[in-house]
Amino acid sequence: MGIEVIKDKCVGCGLCVKSCAYDAICLVEKLAVIDFNKCVLCGACVEACKFDAILIRKEEKSVSNLSQFSGILVVGEHRDGVIHHVTYELVSKARILADNLGVSVSCLIIGSGISQEDLNKVIFAGAEKIIKIDNDTCKYFNDELYSKIVTQVINEEHPEIVLTGATAEGRALIPLVAVALKTGLTADCTELAIDGERRLLLQTRPAFGGNIMATIICPNHRPQISTVRPKVMKIIFDEKRTGEIIDKSSISQTAKLMTILETVKEESTTGNIADADIIVSGGRGIGKPENFELLTHLAKLLNGAVGASRAAVDSGWIPYSHQVGQTGKTVGPKLYIACGISGAIQHQVGMRGSDFIVAINKDSSAPIFDIADLGIVGDLHEIIPEFIKILERN
Amino acid sequence: MRIIAIIKQVPDTTNVRINPETNTLMREGVESIINPFDMYAIEEALRLKERLGGEPETVVISMGPPQVETALRDAIAMGIDKAILLSDRKFAGSDTLATSYTLSAAIKKLGDYQLILAGKQAIDGDTAQVGPGVATWLGIPCSTYIRKIEEITKDEIIIERLMETGYDRISLKLPAVLTVVKELNEPRLPSLRGKMRAKKEEIIKWGFSDLGVEESMLGLNGSPTQVVKIFSPPPKKGGEKYEGNPTDSAQKIFDCLKTNKLI
Repeated sequence: MGIEVIKDKCVGCGLCVKSCAYDAICLVEKLAVIDFNKCVLCGACVEACKFDAILIRKEEKSVSNLSQFSGILVVGEHRDGVIHHVTYELVSKARILADNLGVSVSCLIIGSGISQEDLNKVIFAGAEKIIKIDNDTCKYFNDELYSKIVTQVINEEHPEIVLTGATAEGRALIPLVAVALKTGLTADCTELAIDGERRLLLQTRPAFGGNIMATIICPNHRPQISTVRPKVMKIIFDEKRTGEIIDKSSISQTAKLMTILETVKEESTTGNIADADIIVSGGRGIGKPENFELLTHLAKLLNGAVGASRAAVDSGWIPYSHQVGQTGKTVGPKLYIACGISGAIQHQVGMRGSDFIVAINKDSSAPIFDIADLGIVGDLHEIIPEFIKILERN
Repeated sequence: MRIIAIIKQVPDTTNVRINPETNTLMREGVESIINPFDMYAIEEALRLKERLGGEPETVVISMGPPQVETALRDAIAMGIDKAILLSDRKFAGSDTLATSYTLSAAIKKLGDYQLILAGKQAIDGDTAQVGPGVATWLGIPCSTYIRKIEEITKDEIIIERLMETGYDRISLKLPAVLTVVKELNEPRLPSLRGKMRAKKEEIIKWGFSDLGVEESMLGLNGSPTQVVKIFSPPPKKGGEKYEGNPTDSAQKIFDCLKTNKLI
């Protein structure tokens, strides 16, 4: 196996033992010993070792054709008749990375009825070239059809980097493409940078429920593919920018194994938490389903969406699509208002990436207060109506 | 005919903490569990077998170090017919491309598969890539975030898939891969009989030489991605805590949000 402890360098400090999430290292006579039956070669110990005493060796394949790949392709998302904001975010970021590499940015948009206005915005965000596939068969997201199209376009364009949103669609689509191309894929990145020396994309993402961050590279395969969380990268429009639009709507790909029978919207009263800037979230302390109306009212006033903890969902007070946390959704809004949520770690992993957290809870020792920027100890049923009054006055 | 659940043993991430002084992972008390989303896949395999009159064989497959056997025994205790462990030093260090390649080779070897189920993602890596990856290696369709199986026949399945703003009803030709969410079902507890069986049942173990795979595509060497740095995110600290009457508390929230330009 490719992992080795260099005995001359190991001082037996035990940092590696602590860093291993798989319990695969122990100290024997002041030397780190790796249990190969447990080790998964994740590299956490290599990183933790201050003495460069642990090595993971990988056979470097000589890859000759890397230089055939150039430029950054953003796979955009067209949903409900508009281009999704994550597309503008990624094109803006791609522009910065491309300027760093001295290459161009293109953007693929698949859908039906794509507006010229939206395409202009993609250009303003920094794309020099848009590949547009606009036809009726592409109206609804179909994994099979879309992955065939994206794979074909990548094979024609040879980008060195492909970026797409870590949305429900992006996370379903791009693994199909990455395996079809037999290249690497890093999911859910929150940071992208360029290693200028090696011309590599440095892809940083949270793992272990956000408890650690990992930077990942794809050195010998192209393209380097990442999905990127929405609302992380900044949109930068420059209306002076120009670009060309290439119409490939007549592309002849079809889905043979998958048919979309119906798409149903469930956005009745409250918005989609994955996209919201503000989330008002309720937990066990809400007490009963009717009390969610209070949160819905507040969310509407703030132009936000309603979230919930697992306890509230499991009690049947609100549908699963609202659940934030380990077995629900991971969210990262600008403002997260946690009402009557104690803040178990399973909930925290789904929302600790929020920019600003307000917690309202009766129990002053609730763990949610450990991560809240503003903690209010008190009864949400009394405080929220007062807060609504103030908002309505202003 | 077989219904296969592919599962992963993961450290219970809810217990993984960062030591604030040394900035390292603290793994005291971190248990290994079946990835929670995979529990819904196991449960659905069992339910589909019941729905189809007990005809299909249910199989769980997992790749990992030898101790993954305990996860497979847990699945047998729930009622799964057969368990296969893919374990070999050559598999270690696999990223999602190499993992999905290895799993798909095992599924091909097993043969006669109608449906492959997996959790929507694993809670340690959160990649959500292995299910779709296996489908691509096998050349069969895949749908993700399945919350309901409406209908299943010999060669077609109709499902409901959770999307960000609602759901899609989709028809897939079988065999297919589905990755599932919590809403699909509630996993059963193992029965006493199941637990007894789990103790005795033989776990099938396949290594490199059993699978007829290309060595260069396995494990660390077959993985295009490479971790170059691992670090702790800046710890999130609690801010101001306030306790007062409801009106003052509400005003406090309002003022704070105004100051931070959040409203």
